[in-house]
Amino acid sequence: MASRLTALWDWFDSRMPSVAEEWRKHAAEYYAPKNFNFWYYFGSLALLVLVIQIVSGIFLTMNYKPDANLAFGSVEYIMRDVPGGWIIRYIHSTGASAFFIVVYLHMFRALLYGSHREPRELVWIFGVLIYLTLMAEAFFGYLLPWGQMSYWGAQVIVNLFGTIPVIGPDLALWIRGDYVVSDATLNRFFALHVIAIPLVLLGLVVAHILALHDVGSNNPDGIEIKKKKDPVTGHPVDGIPFHPYYTVKDIVGAIVFLAIFCAVMFFAPEMGGYFLEHNNFIPADPLKTPPHIAPVWYFTPYYSILRAVPPMFNSQFPGVLAMGLAVLVLFFLPWLDRSPVKSIRYRGWLYRGWLAAFVVSFLVLGYLGTEPTTVWGQFGFDAFFLDTRDVATWAARFFTIVYFLFFILMPWYTARDKVKPVPERVTM
Amino acid sequence: MSEPKMDKTRRALVAATAAAGAVASAGAAVPFVWSMWPSERARAAGAPVEVDVSRLAPGELMVVEWRGKPVWVIRRTKDMIDSLKMVAPRLTDPESRASAQPPYAKNEVRAVKPEIMVMEGVCTHLGCSPQLKPAEAKAEMGADWVGGFYCPCHGSKFDYAGRVFKGAPAPLNLPVPPHTYLSDAVILIGEDRKGA
Amino acid sequence: MRKLLFALLFAPLAAWSAAVGYRLDRAPIDPTDLVSLQSGAQLFVNYCMNCHGAQYMRYNRLTSLGLTEAQIRDNLIFTGDKVGDTMRVAMTPKDGKAWFGVAPPDLSLVGRSRGADWLYTYLRTFYRDPKSPTGWNNAVFPNVAMPHALWLLQGERALEIAQVKDKAGHDTVEYRWRQLAPGALSPAQYDAAVRDLVNFLMYVAEPEARTRKTVGIVVLFVLGVLFVLAYALKKEYWKDVK
Repeated sequence: MASRLTALWDWFDSRMPSVAEEWRKHAAEYYAPKNFNFWYYFGSLALLVLVIQIVSGIFLTMNYKPDANLAFGSVEYIMRDVPGGWIIRYIHSTGASAFFIVVYLHMFRALLYGSHREPRELVWIFGVLIYLTLMAEAFFGYLLPWGQMSYWGAQVIVNLFGTIPVIGPDLALWIRGDYVVSDATLNRFFALHVIAIPLVLLGLVVAHILALHDVGSNNPDGIEIKKKKDPVTGHPVDGIPFHPYYTVKDIVGAIVFLAIFCAVMFFAPEMGGYFLEHNNFIPADPLKTPPHIAPVWYFTPYYSILRAVPPMFNSQFPGVLAMGLAVLVLFFLPWLDRSPVKSIRYRGWLYRGWLAAFVVSFLVLGYLGTEPTTVWGQFGFDAFFLDTRDVATWAARFFTIVYFLFFILMPWYTARDKVKPVPERVTM
Repeated sequence: MSEPKMDKTRRALVAATAAAGAVASAGAAVPFVWSMWPSERARAAGAPVEVDVSRLAPGELMVVEWRGKPVWVIRRTKDMIDSLKMVAPRLTDPESRASAQPPYAKNEVRAVKPEIMVMEGVCTHLGCSPQLKPAEAKAEMGADWVGGFYCPCHGSKFDYAGRVFKGAPAPLNLPVPPHTYLSDAVILIGEDRKGA
Repeated sequence: MRKLLFALLFAPLAAWSAAVGYRLDRAPIDPTDLVSLQSGAQLFVNYCMNCHGAQYMRYNRLTSLGLTEAQIRDNLIFTGDKVGDTMRVAMTPKDGKAWFGVAPPDLSLVGRSRGADWLYTYLRTFYRDPKSPTGWNNAVFPNVAMPHALWLLQGERALEIAQVKDKAGHDTVEYRWRQLAPGALSPAQYDAAVRDLVNFLMYVAEPEARTRKTVGIVVLFVLGVLFVLAYALKKEYWKDVK
């Protein structure tokens, strides 16, 4: 039997050697640094979540109806009438939030260890493109259940595009395919969410991984392992083949992730209204806006920034611009970071302080975006500068400034920062 | 760094983890595969249908929908019942050996009661619904026609018990669905209800 | 940074924006209590289904409450519906809007959109209001278009909403309830009935909630086993790496 299988494999391999070659190049002989830590799980986890979303998405599409009159009912049909449909629905809704948690942690790893720095700028750029595409995918997907949040969230976001000077109103009309979010919008968002954007996403993920494998992975010490190669084998002395060492390690990571994922999915799928929002259990009503609209949690930091910027020149556009810039500034990170070292382990306190401030800003802005601007009450007096009585709006404006300063001042404080000498060999 | 052969512990662990992983993956696949079976809505739509035959006149054909298919309920006259024996030599499967019918319909008249015939009006060739052609339609059906059903798509002919005539493209007699007499006048089509 | 701390210090003293609304009572429901759920089902079809449907709920799903299809047919279906049909109501949305000003919403998912505590408190805080079109008002949902469907059970009550100062001198709202006429049930019995009805509505909102948790336990157990094996495997391979 074994010799039969070997013979079968030999037949295949002689006709399509690229399968074995690619396996060697990207797994069995891809030498990765041996000191990967906790922060290095999230790349493979992101890939896992992508697969989970695609598979669960395919099965949802078997029963979902992208028609304004039928959509909401079809989701309940999946939940109640389709055998096991509720599992598939919860997988997909939990997976959407899980995707963003994993991606945010994955991006944070880059900020920790300088994975965006030369020679990995392209890896970072593809990554930011993936992030943008993922946001689009989530936005289009969120309209599909056709609940109150779905409808009004889409209405608000598309109207944001309408604030762009000159082309705005026509652009919004073109995106919607109608004068308000309607069946036309639902159908096209369905097409984009189910096939167009997933194809783009898959292409970008392949590019992201290929670009990474061409230059080799970074590591928590931020040093280039290719600089020290074994004279006999030619492999980096601090490198180990991805397979079997990281395949076996990532399997453990995947199981722990799945345990947390399943715990949420089976015991708290709504996650207090953050993963499945309460208002979305009400069918969309174009005549009645819910008293409190907020985007899904993973968009709220940017929503906070949007809300924090007051109208200027009779337009909401400055807020939209700020929100857009908050994401686009990420593209420039490789060139903003002027530190001679990559990893936070060898950087000084300026960078550590600003990174901490950035994280706090992101989290506070994120929280504020889920609540109305009155959530922290009012000042008893007019707050000096930042022009508002809402404590929450004041905080949002403050943290928006911190957020942008993290990037704007980066060329200055990364160059000035005291750095420690980096080691010759990686530290475990 | 790689040894030529895996040592025993390593091999055992790989095997155990792979086996456990395979079981878990099969388990994970279950909801997806299960979801493709008919939903509660489909099963409710496929629920049995009650038919009242008290007003059905002799020779009259009633068509009811069950599971999206036409089901015929015909009150057979004495002539119609007699014709069943006459045509037997001309049939492909006069004893209904190959066709689908419940055990209580596996008799000469293919029915619980000779005067009421319940069968699916779906031709066993390619699925068209045949038309009722009484004995008087000899002009179009031929001189030896004693009555039955004719499928316009490809010319299959069936007798008053749904049995297919020789020479037709249809291979089998018309199926008889499970059914129960809730009373003399009411038939529940789609379910064998014992002791109803 | 100092300015932010300064501002945050003052926040609690600032006047709270008015009316966080009527304080919600905790709904004492037990999702495993089949008797309560069955009772709730009966209350629902008798008192609610004249106006409200539960269009995503099939009658035959109620067998998971320990009822047979015959019992469902005899006690819970008053129309010509079959047991495999969904719990639809005869009133059309158009008629509902004409008669009440707003169509009575379908209640299949109200358990998930409003929550148990809200429903439990809402159904117990109707009061007589001569100024409203139906003669009824509600403390949790002011000016609701729905009349008190359960008034025969609770009786009629009046509510006086008073602006008073509490011990610390802050403005608060006090709700003073008065029973005008008794209903068929005592207050404790009525609370129990509403508890059953809310229990049922939470069940209708997610009928597979109990199965979900059971499956979850099995899944986590399997993952636990997998974790032990995978971790041992990882440790074994990583012996090579120092």
